[in-house]
Amino acid sequence: MESGLQAGFERLLAADQRIEPRDWMPEAYRATLIRQIAQHAHSEIIGMQPEGNWITRAPSLRRKAILIAKVQDEAGHGLYLYSACETLGVDRADLLELLHSGQQKYSSIFNYPTLTWADVGAIGWLVDGAAITNQVALCRCSYGPYARAMVRICKEESFHQRQGYELLSTLAQGTPAQRAMAQDAVDRWWWPSLMMFGPPDDASPHSAQSMAWRIKRHSNDELRQKFVDITVPQAAAAGLTLPDSQLRWNEERGHYDIGPIDWAEFKRVIKGGGPCNRQRMDRRVGAHEEGSWVREAAAAYAAKHRPDGARQGGVAA
Amino acid sequence: MSRDWPLWEVFVRSRRGLSHIHAGSVHAPDAQMALRNARDLYTRRQEGVSIWVVPSSAITAVSPDEKDPYFASAAGKAYRHPTFYDIPSEVRNL
Repeated sequence: MESGLQAGFERLLAADQRIEPRDWMPEAYRATLIRQIAQHAHSEIIGMQPEGNWITRAPSLRRKAILIAKVQDEAGHGLYLYSACETLGVDRADLLELLHSGQQKYSSIFNYPTLTWADVGAIGWLVDGAAITNQVALCRCSYGPYARAMVRICKEESFHQRQGYELLSTLAQGTPAQRAMAQDAVDRWWWPSLMMFGPPDDASPHSAQSMAWRIKRHSNDELRQKFVDITVPQAAAAGLTLPDSQLRWNEERGHYDIGPIDWAEFKRVIKGGGPCNRQRMDRRVGAHEEGSWVREAAAAYAAKHRPDGARQGGVAA
Repeated sequence: MSRDWPLWEVFVRSRRGLSHIHAGSVHAPDAQMALRNARDLYTRRQEGVSIWVVPSSAITAVSPDEKDPYFASAAGKAYRHPTFYDIPSEVRNL
């Protein structure tokens, strides 16, 4: 029985068809997707914090309205992804519990602080730019609900990246102090953005299986290269320098070469040693706990006004 | 309260003249809140002019195990399609 189901699953993958929620799937495929989609959702939710930090200090009403809309989108993206993850048979409350207890991770990029207004621009341009490169590839993921959430997210992310680039170029064309602030933000965010693609291919143990399952379509290094190739000319157009003395065009490969990435730092931040790990988790857990009275009140109101409220209690009145 | 609010499936009509299409799901304590949450989540860029929310538990679906046999009777009936029929090329408007 199981082998027949496995064959059916393999047949769908081979035909480049999507797997849908009620289809049979190997337990390891389900577990991998739950972990990946949940981590992706958590990243969107935690990702509201670094930028939310600047909403009250945005330099103009225009920038403030844009930033509020962007942070609201991040919340929305988190919810699309939790919704996709729940189709695999998990509860949202359990996913939040796994985040709050540290058993599931979020992208380590959000453990870096946003020190200046220019960081809002650098996040939009570089962090969201890296995220888009990853997410465009995931639009063709074999799991239907995840792929559909990605399509919706990618449409919205494009605004995020463009507003960031515009913000940063505006600063780069401003006073010497504004220019220096823009460059400083790029200096701090460039390397962590490259780390967002994950470890190099020869140190990424789960990649091969994810590629075979067509969850992933491109390797970490391929996507990282793609992002570098796209971003270098954008930096030049904004008059900003990327902080890598070894960055140069390689005629033979037809790609840019980059210097070595500090993977020891990547591991340290993932393990909780980043500048803001503690602060991000405290804020998230605090927001959840402080909001519990709202959830309880809404549930109590709903129970009171339910037309068949008596039966919901399990007793026929 | 440790558990989730009930889950609702969200269907959005993107403009007049089109059907509602499944957009995703939301958690909400009741139908009115489900509509509001769905509006905030799925129509932030004017993607909809109408929303339905349906309790996820109220949906009955074809079992995936019997999916192929369930739809099998429609297979091999090419005569249900207009292209099945040979019509002389000089015959118009048919």
